[in-house]
Amino acid sequence: MNADPSEYVLEVKNQYVLEVKNLTVSLPKSGDRANAIENISFGVKPGEIVCVVGESGSGKSVTASAVMGLLPAALKPVNGETLLDGENTLAASKSRLRDLRGTRMAMIFQEPMTALNPVARVGEQIAEVLEIHTTLSASERRRKAIEIMESVHLPDPEKMVDAYPHQLSGGQRQRIMIATALVLDPALLIADEPTTALDVTTQAQILTLVKEMQERRGTGVLFITHDFGVVAEIADRVVVMQNGRVVEQGTRDEVLMNPQQPYTQMLVASVPSMTPPERDSVGGDMAIEVVKLDKEYGTKGLFGNGRVVLAASNVDLHVRKGETLGIVGESGSGKSTVARCIARLIAPTSGSISLHGTEIATLPESKLRPHRRKVQIVFQDPYRSLNPRRNIGLSLIEAPMNFGMAKPEAMAKARELMELVGLQGDALDRFPHQFSGGQRQRICIARALMVEPEVLIADEAVSALDVSVQAQVLDLLDDIRERYNLAMLFITHDLRVAAQICDRLIVMNKGVVVEQGLTAQVFSSPSHEYTRLLLDAAPGTDAQFGAG
Amino acid sequence: MAYYLLKRLIATIPVMLVVAVFIFLLLRLTPGDPAAMIAGDFASEAQVAEIREKLGLNDPLLVQFGIWIGNIFQGDLGESFFFKKQVTDLIMARIEPTLSLSVVTIILTVSIAVPMGVVAAYRQGTWLDRTVMAFSVLGFSIPVFVIGFAFIYIFSLELKWLPVQGYQRLSEGVGGWLKHLILPSLALSVIFVAFIARMTRTSVLEVLGEDYIRTARAKGQTETKVLVRHALRNAAVPIVTVIGFAFAILIGGVVVTESVFNIPGLGLLTVDAVLNRDFPTIQAVVLLFSMIYVLINLIIDLSYTVLDPRIRY
Repeated sequence: MNADPSEYVLEVKNQYVLEVKNLTVSLPKSGDRANAIENISFGVKPGEIVCVVGESGSGKSVTASAVMGLLPAALKPVNGETLLDGENTLAASKSRLRDLRGTRMAMIFQEPMTALNPVARVGEQIAEVLEIHTTLSASERRRKAIEIMESVHLPDPEKMVDAYPHQLSGGQRQRIMIATALVLDPALLIADEPTTALDVTTQAQILTLVKEMQERRGTGVLFITHDFGVVAEIADRVVVMQNGRVVEQGTRDEVLMNPQQPYTQMLVASVPSMTPPERDSVGGDMAIEVVKLDKEYGTKGLFGNGRVVLAASNVDLHVRKGETLGIVGESGSGKSTVARCIARLIAPTSGSISLHGTEIATLPESKLRPHRRKVQIVFQDPYRSLNPRRNIGLSLIEAPMNFGMAKPEAMAKARELMELVGLQGDALDRFPHQFSGGQRQRICIARALMVEPEVLIADEAVSALDVSVQAQVLDLLDDIRERYNLAMLFITHDLRVAAQICDRLIVMNKGVVVEQGLTAQVFSSPSHEYTRLLLDAAPGTDAQFGAG
Repeated sequence: MAYYLLKRLIATIPVMLVVAVFIFLLLRLTPGDPAAMIAGDFASEAQVAEIREKLGLNDPLLVQFGIWIGNIFQGDLGESFFFKKQVTDLIMARIEPTLSLSVVTIILTVSIAVPMGVVAAYRQGTWLDRTVMAFSVLGFSIPVFVIGFAFIYIFSLELKWLPVQGYQRLSEGVGGWLKHLILPSLALSVIFVAFIARMTRTSVLEVLGEDYIRTARAKGQTETKVLVRHALRNAAVPIVTVIGFAFAILIGGVVVTESVFNIPGLGLLTVDAVLNRDFPTIQAVVLLFSMIYVLINLIIDLSYTVLDPRIRY
């Protein structure tokens, strides 16, 4: 079964709900390769979850869109078939495709925040499928919507049916999407990175739900993901894609435990392990010391009707020179708030922040300037944190020139740092769009280093990157910390990443630090219930990856 | 919500007060003596003085202003110097043509512009889109009076389909009323169609790339319903905003259009009042117009909460 993909034999033909045969989709002439996907073949049986894994640009989403007939106009299927219960959807007419969507095949998407219409009630959005494909009356549609909401375990569906998407949490919205997709019992469910935008604990719940629904209804699931943890958690079979081609396919255990192709081996080896490596203890000088930090958001209304949110409450932490402290937590935990206070991008409500012995929590803006260069941040999204209209050189030299460095000197330094982060020094006159995501993040790191900071804050700095790139950027960050003896504050929601790079961890939940300790200690014997919950929720915890 | 409404309504009071002070001073500080206008060319100095005294124009400005404001709060806008009638009655008689013209124009505008914009967005880059955009530029660049006279020439003088000028009251029959309004409304709407079609295209285009549009298609929804139910509803806030502005500009612009088409509405009343230095009438009309502006703005803001449930006051 684990043979060369082109020889992959599809057994009994009509056994599959979805059979993709020799599918090729061409890119427009301006694309970086001729075809988005090339000669792809795989199948999904009823009641089976097939994971398509690959890094960004591998063509996995294109495959899904091709099946649904939702390809953007620029992408054209030029060869092959996508057989849904034996019917080729590529050849179907527009109206036939509309009939199939929602009834025989349905899809859920990555961003539950944006995949729902923000101005329509969630119940209406579920009922819309029934309105399109059935003759049920309005009241019957509503009743069925409530029923399906109940079966995806949404609380109080009678009430929630009239809610708007913004009144629901991310996990609840994804449940609404799943309810919408499954309300007419389709034979095939396509899930395109459905848990990527969710917190780990929510992700675990949604994965359980997908599994439950698929088992109960016998739905075939085509599950697209970049996350090997998720694959380990739910896949029956795995299809690995790279640059538009299938490089390997087989059962989950075959692919994860005993990958045959070098690319798969590399991918699997890049997945950060949940077991923290040994790290030497750090005994350097204290770089940051935060005591009893509070940050309140919101307004006290004129008539006492304002809303106040305590984003961070009573936070104590310290980081030594040469040490990496991880702040781990889900969205809304206050981890970014703490980082922003330390960088003094925002002012804390109360508490003290001492930077090498200088109290900066209460410094006014005018006196803050000399301290600005000592704390630098690398943000999550490398695509949006570089000005697209300035070349890299200008972006890099801006900060040191603000602090009085002469231009030739700054340029020389920029060139030097570009090489340090693994890029070419003569690439300074290029623009951000000419670099890949991983390269841009390297540029952001170089930019942070331009002013010789003492503290580097990495705010989800590797979260948007593919695993193989992620591993490289993590290595780079660790290198730099060591070379410059930096104090590093590493903020992440990803426990695997935290395990690899942090000396110590603090775990935050709802603005409060619930646990702190050495990384190995937190992973091996978590003392707080929430930490245990987080560790359990991390997908693929039990699985061991890699050939070894 | 009720609290917000109350707050907004209270906030209109200072706005109106500023407008009142401004128009009051403007009239009294610009040259032109209403008493002299009333008395006529052959009146003696003494006669003019007597009239001035009778109209209360010799009182200190503060006293005059106090009397005027005091009367307004009792629902009395004063008596017109020129028409010798209660200003309230004058306005009531003239408001129908102006409202008719504005409402018909806005209905015409919206029913042409919004579908045009949606179709242009949906067919972005095709000849249809380019035609709409070309019309949009053209509509912007031709002045209303040129379009008005061109329409009158073609439809009234040559084809003799529609009356040249004037107005017929709604109470005298809908047919005649509409016949008199079609040309001025059409002429007026050209620039607004150009503007609103463009705005609609832009905001629908922005929304069409959103994920929930893809979701709607993945449900098997037809393209028409995807456009109307999902795209247009989400694009509605900016579109409604410009429609509201258009309505406000329209009402302010009646002074010109009513002159061109000789429609006896508030616009012509304003022109007559200004030419005759008829202070009470001018003041009342200006106050009325600014009140309408304020109300339209309030209605636009309130409509947001209906169009987008995420907006709450």
